[in-house]
Amino acid sequence: MTAPLLDLRGLTKAYPGVIANDDVSFAIQPGEVHALLGENGAGKSTLVKMIYGLVKPDSGTMALNDAPYTPAEPRAARAQGVAMVFQHFSLFEALSVAENIALGMENPPKPRDLSARIRDVSQAYGLPLDPESLVGDLSAGERQRVEIIRCLLQDPKLLIMDEPTSVLTPQEVEILFHTLRKLSAEGTAILYISHKLEEIRALCDAATILRLGKVVGACDPKQTSAAQMAEMMVGKSLAQPGRDASDPGEVLLKATDLSLPAASAFGTPLRDISFEVRAGEILGIGGVAGNGQDELLAVLSGERATPRGAVEFNGADLATLPPEARRGIGILSAPEERLGHAAAPDMTLTENAVLTGATRKGLAKNGFISWGRARAFADEIIARFDVRTPGNHVAARALSGGNLQKYVVGREILQDPVVLVINQPTWGVDASAAADIRQALLDLAQNGAAVIVISQDLDELLEISDRFCALNEGRLSDPRPARGLSMEEIGLMLGGAHGMQEAAI
Amino acid sequence: MIRLEKRPTPSRAWSLGTPILAVILTMIAGGAMFAALGQDPFETIRVIFWDPLFHERFAGFSRPQLLVKAGPLILIAIGLSLGFRAGIWNIGAEGQYIVGTLAGAAFGLAFYPSESPLLFPGMVLAGLLGGWLWAMIPALLKVFANTNEILVSLLLVYVAEAMLASAATGWLRNPEGQGFPGSRNLSRHPGTDNPELFAGTGIHWGVLAAFIAVIAAYVLFQRHMFGYQIKLAGQAPRAARFSGVNPGRLVILCLGISGALAGAAGLFEVSGPAGQITIDFNVGYGFTAIIVAFLGRLHPIGILFAGLLMALTYIGGELAQLILQVPAPAIQAFQGMLLFFLLALDVLSNYRVRFGREGVA
Repeated sequence: MTAPLLDLRGLTKAYPGVIANDDVSFAIQPGEVHALLGENGAGKSTLVKMIYGLVKPDSGTMALNDAPYTPAEPRAARAQGVAMVFQHFSLFEALSVAENIALGMENPPKPRDLSARIRDVSQAYGLPLDPESLVGDLSAGERQRVEIIRCLLQDPKLLIMDEPTSVLTPQEVEILFHTLRKLSAEGTAILYISHKLEEIRALCDAATILRLGKVVGACDPKQTSAAQMAEMMVGKSLAQPGRDASDPGEVLLKATDLSLPAASAFGTPLRDISFEVRAGEILGIGGVAGNGQDELLAVLSGERATPRGAVEFNGADLATLPPEARRGIGILSAPEERLGHAAAPDMTLTENAVLTGATRKGLAKNGFISWGRARAFADEIIARFDVRTPGNHVAARALSGGNLQKYVVGREILQDPVVLVINQPTWGVDASAAADIRQALLDLAQNGAAVIVISQDLDELLEISDRFCALNEGRLSDPRPARGLSMEEIGLMLGGAHGMQEAAI
Repeated sequence: MIRLEKRPTPSRAWSLGTPILAVILTMIAGGAMFAALGQDPFETIRVIFWDPLFHERFAGFSRPQLLVKAGPLILIAIGLSLGFRAGIWNIGAEGQYIVGTLAGAAFGLAFYPSESPLLFPGMVLAGLLGGWLWAMIPALLKVFANTNEILVSLLLVYVAEAMLASAATGWLRNPEGQGFPGSRNLSRHPGTDNPELFAGTGIHWGVLAAFIAVIAAYVLFQRHMFGYQIKLAGQAPRAARFSGVNPGRLVILCLGISGALAGAAGLFEVSGPAGQITIDFNVGYGFTAIIVAFLGRLHPIGILFAGLLMALTYIGGELAQLILQVPAPAIQAFQGMLLFFLLALDVLSNYRVRFGREGVA
């Protein structure tokens, strides 16, 4: 492997106020699974956008198979054998798999031929998929397969994957890795972006580490420990979240046979959900997004009306209590969607502090807002959770995803919740900030709060939860002590790989 | 090639600067139009914008008219801006204006010929209540039957117009009016009149109410939780529900306030400048106020200036027709240009204009 497939030399891209990539050079060999590591804002996205032709570098060169490679747009990149699977899928739910794939092709073959080719490719790579089924009916893992097959039909030489496993069950991850190893054995190179270091150790042959837009190191993931890689990414050693063991106190929040119809055609109904959380305890709820997570959070936050008698706080029925009154008695929540749900995009960080802090932080008296106190609260969140922003006057949409996440999570944690319900606390947040958030959640529980963490990141849940249960198609499994649970058991609790176990080898 | 690039934070300078730029562009494009009609563009613009306030012969009459015309526009637009900011579209202020007028005038006439000092305050309350009730129809239908408030409020304007006609020709007709349609004159009867408070200024109780509404709305949006909830619901409805804003309550409050203010504006008009209820009493203040609200960027201070500017173009337009014989449609086109440029330039406060091409996806 002397001639690299893709050779990047001195790539630089600056945006107003920030250098996203600064003199980045590395090479990807044919058939190599190459990991790209880095914190939020390290420049990974900009780099792959340049390779995929979405962004033009300010300086530096790329060479594909020793020939100059300057894709003006993604179409040019695809024509030269570079394909990309995005973190967020671009699929039409009302169309079939084959129709979705045809939409992404330059010259789609006849529908019948296309379906046959989809079947061939899906069988060859162990990606079971029916070309005729509607995308709206598919699980996240199956939707990802649609995107991958769409790429594979173009015979790519380089496949870029951005955080592919964040939406998958453990079994689905196994299927994906099997496919990727097979592709790599056939000579397709894969550029793999992930925050999950253990996955990278299991899958990748080489790794390049970015920090603040610069290449700060390269390693062989198979020879390097996850902790070492994390240190290279962050530039300092990471503290492992932890807390002293303590006995849980009395039951604070209790749900009994909570059922709720779906709010929309693509929503999920909640079915007979029962659980209880005690003071000083963290209850982890795992499961792939779209299985009722949003609905469960909405019903606990008060955003949707709670059926009478279904949820009790300290023995009192919560049914008629609106969100602000729930905050008043100490039930706080942080939804998954940061922009538009947890925060108003066009409002400043100060205004967004008022969004949930008005009552509990005393930011409003007799209905009149004290902007001085709101600014102080916003500054406190920014300082305590290391939110990178020019100041509290910045609009929420101007923050990077990870930074805004730190802000909205911090906003709830700093209000001293009695019960905190939080959906995807560390989604898109880099390793060190994620560790900070987890530590803050553990500290909350330590101080006697009851915490419900809803997450797709099973490692995270096992790390911080006392008890674990799974939410699948609106049903909640019985909680089990998190200590000692194996990945296989959890996978089965999550409903396996959606009937596709036979493909996992 | 020209490209638009979304700004991370809306530009303050541009959101203040675009109205001024829009007025300048309107003057240029409107001047060209007047020139094409064979008028002297500079003179026409001067007649529209300058003469109503400073012409030695006409200003004495037209200067007070500025506040008389701007008052109801501002009062109605302030009410509308609450709903518009929250994404609640009350298009039927004209109807609420009429029903408020009818309720207030009917209250005053019911006690005729009483001259009690309590009569006028009672009429104001009746006007507020009438507009509020008329706005409650689309509000309650939206909350409980999920109907579209744009359609319902708009269609109710035509119902209100029919009620106005029946009042003027039937149940509120002046018994001493020799059978002519129209009510008794309220402004010439002590107790029911809404007089000019300071001679030569055009200020009557309705203009004062408009100024008070501007200040109240300013405080509401700057400092009050309700104003914050309105903005939140308009910008991010999901975040608003998460924060605890009750969407139904917001609809009822916003439509109710805008209806009540429109109703009060009608009462001030009928008991002051208009004097009596006639078949063609309403002259479109309720619709023009929608333009005023947007011209003022739904901001109270902006609405104050937009109302004054709008009133100025109306009075100036009439003056231009009178002095220069500019055709009325040309004046309307000129007013349309103003709105067009303002909305078109809106893009500048949220987007940056870039020339040249870069790797665009």
